[in-house]
Amino acid sequence: MADSATSLERLAAEAAGNVRAAADPHGADGERVTAVNSEKNRPLYASRVKVYPKLVGGTFRRLKWIVMALTLTIYYVTPWLRWDRGPSLPDQAVLLDFPSRRFYFFFLEIWPQEFYYITGLLILASLGLFLVTSVAGRVWCGYTCPQTVWTDLFIHVERFFEGERSARIRLDRSPWGIAKLARKAAKHAVWILIALATGGAWVFYFADAPTLAADLMRFDAPPIAYISIAIFASTTYLLGGIAREQVCIYMCPWPRIQGAMFDEESLLVSYKDDRGEKRGPHKKGTSWEGRGDCIDCGQCVAVCPMGIDIRDGMQLECIQCALCIDACDAIMDRVERPRGLIAYDTLNNQQRRKAGEPQRLSILRPRTIVYMAAIALVALIMLVALVNRSTLEISALPDRNPLFVTLADGSIRNGYELKIVNKEHRERIFRIDIEGLEGAALTRPALAGEEGSTVLVGIDTLRTAKFFVSLPAGMLDRLRGGEGMLTFVATDLEDGTRAERTASFRGPAQ
Amino acid sequence: MSDSPKKEIDDVTGVETTGHEWDGIRELDNPMPKWWLYTFYACIVWSFAYWVVMPAWPYLTTEGWTYTKGVIGYDQREIVARELGAVAEGRADEMKQIATLTLEDVAADAALMEVALAAGKAAFGDNCAPCHGSGAQGSWGFPNLNDDVWLWGGTLEDIRTTLAHGIRWEAVSDTRQNVMMAYGRDGILTRREVTDVAEFVLALSGRDHDADAATRGAETFGEQCVTCHGADGEGNRELGAPNLTDAVWLYGGDRASIIESVSNGRSGVMPAWGERLDASTINALTLYVHSLGGGE
Repeated sequence: MADSATSLERLAAEAAGNVRAAADPHGADGERVTAVNSEKNRPLYASRVKVYPKLVGGTFRRLKWIVMALTLTIYYVTPWLRWDRGPSLPDQAVLLDFPSRRFYFFFLEIWPQEFYYITGLLILASLGLFLVTSVAGRVWCGYTCPQTVWTDLFIHVERFFEGERSARIRLDRSPWGIAKLARKAAKHAVWILIALATGGAWVFYFADAPTLAADLMRFDAPPIAYISIAIFASTTYLLGGIAREQVCIYMCPWPRIQGAMFDEESLLVSYKDDRGEKRGPHKKGTSWEGRGDCIDCGQCVAVCPMGIDIRDGMQLECIQCALCIDACDAIMDRVERPRGLIAYDTLNNQQRRKAGEPQRLSILRPRTIVYMAAIALVALIMLVALVNRSTLEISALPDRNPLFVTLADGSIRNGYELKIVNKEHRERIFRIDIEGLEGAALTRPALAGEEGSTVLVGIDTLRTAKFFVSLPAGMLDRLRGGEGMLTFVATDLEDGTRAERTASFRGPAQ
Repeated sequence: MSDSPKKEIDDVTGVETTGHEWDGIRELDNPMPKWWLYTFYACIVWSFAYWVVMPAWPYLTTEGWTYTKGVIGYDQREIVARELGAVAEGRADEMKQIATLTLEDVAADAALMEVALAAGKAAFGDNCAPCHGSGAQGSWGFPNLNDDVWLWGGTLEDIRTTLAHGIRWEAVSDTRQNVMMAYGRDGILTRREVTDVAEFVLALSGRDHDADAATRGAETFGEQCVTCHGADGEGNRELGAPNLTDAVWLYGGDRASIIESVSNGRSGVMPAWGERLDASTINALTLYVHSLGGGE
């Protein structure tokens, strides 16, 4: 593709025509551009003005390619990773198994009552987000947010079929014809394919991926799988292809929240107005004395996927993807001025430069230290909880209706529903004993089907077993106010692991 | 709105404000995005479509209140009925086995037993709980099914027989039948003899009693009661006669209650459920009652 924008003279000429460009925001016949979302261009009842981001090369663009490849790979490949857990458990490394109420994450297996691990992970994730944001701004938004990654991907598809920025503008302006229809149709077709793949990958996190994939192909998968794919495909298509930057500007709460995360020492993508102003076109060979480095070429605006002008200062719309840095650096190289007119910069450094003081960075400052400490603390708590995660739990639920039963010989009997949780990947046999209530005897229903007080609990399951405890009539004075306490003990017959649970024993109030 | 028509422009953004102020915070009057407006319109269209498609509006007819049914005929009652039908169909195999296998065989099959106990519990709540209580704890005149005391026996077969044929249920010929006569009311025993027998019965279960009266009562007991309750008062399950020596009393074990039982007799009734419930439900109920703790 012939890149007409390589001509500096042309860029300068276009920049000179900026007044006209304001009335004609896209300058379809050239590279004359304005920020369609800048404040002066906001109409009263705002129709969306389409943004046509231009492709730019450079450090941050490369970084974004890498991040995109990485995040998409993680998203699409993760469900296919295998992790051996033995014959009777799923071998999918990451699986949210709702029917059997288990979440599997590699070595970690989460039961519903252990959901606090997920809570901990979410707390860690949000603290991490706070830390990153206070250090370097909206890194999440600019590089890794799915909205950004998929929108970026969709824009590349659009570029592939419809050409570079100016070509796309011209295409949209041109009357409908076979060629335009073909290009548009091809673009939307690829978008829909990507969207389907996105929704398709999502459902694999909730069922065995190879099985579900085969079922999907045979149109034999559960309806919810197709519904989920349809919902995710349509939202991906809508948000990534059609809505794009509007999601960040209107729908996402994070831009509003992150204002509280920045401070004067946060590295934010900024235009250095102290160096750039006064901006204006520059003729090759003329002096740079008495003017700023910004030649007002508008490239920072042309590449912006959010349709803003970074030179207006920090804005809610800016996702800090840093593509304007790449665009400006390329221009600065060309006009032989130092790079970094647009760069990651802090508010304090701007002040320091204006005051003639040396610049410095303070990454370690109270705010970031507090975040780091909080992350360390939560991580430590989670680690301790994880290391001490018990693989045997017992609970004893006394019958409430009736509270107790009088037997023929006058003794009092209570019923208990014992629940024994075996989180190990082997069958275990437990012996149940009671302690703490003198004279009490442990029995089971006549048809319990198991010998004595042993209970077999299958691999990675919860077993419910009914037990009775009876106290002879002569011992009823041991109950105080009609209530006594006893402890159920489950002992693994193989390795002697124990778990206890105290429960109350009720009798008639004496 | 009574706000002043004067336009206020925010210094920082250059945007007009709405003129409202909350604790010094003013709201910018930025334009609303068009897509939001269209979404709003789409919601309105959606709600109209919903009224047509789904059950929506109540209206009055000469027969009373009804409602618009919606063109796709969505009906939650139908869905519930269908889902219940599907569950019953899914369980048909197990329920058939529960009906045809012996009770011991069902109990030996853990998976089948689980279904039987669940079905039994549900059937108990529907049919038995009104008298025996939701926890089968019983009440005055209605036996507690959790304990180890059985009038007519606590084996699986005994329980099933009681369930299927009932007690003193005259509609079926082979119902369990016995008579505790009204010894006082019908003049079989004198008032004195009744109280003496009551003292003896108190003595049988080791309670406070008048020893002289009990000695006199023992004689009367030997004449009138041993046929059913046995010489030592331990009852007879063949006849449904309760054990008078244990700690469990269906109609109360205090002096006044015993005197009343002897004077007026007792004749509790249990329906014959074999007429109303199918074999699988009777068997499930049998296993459930047996599992409550008293099963033999």
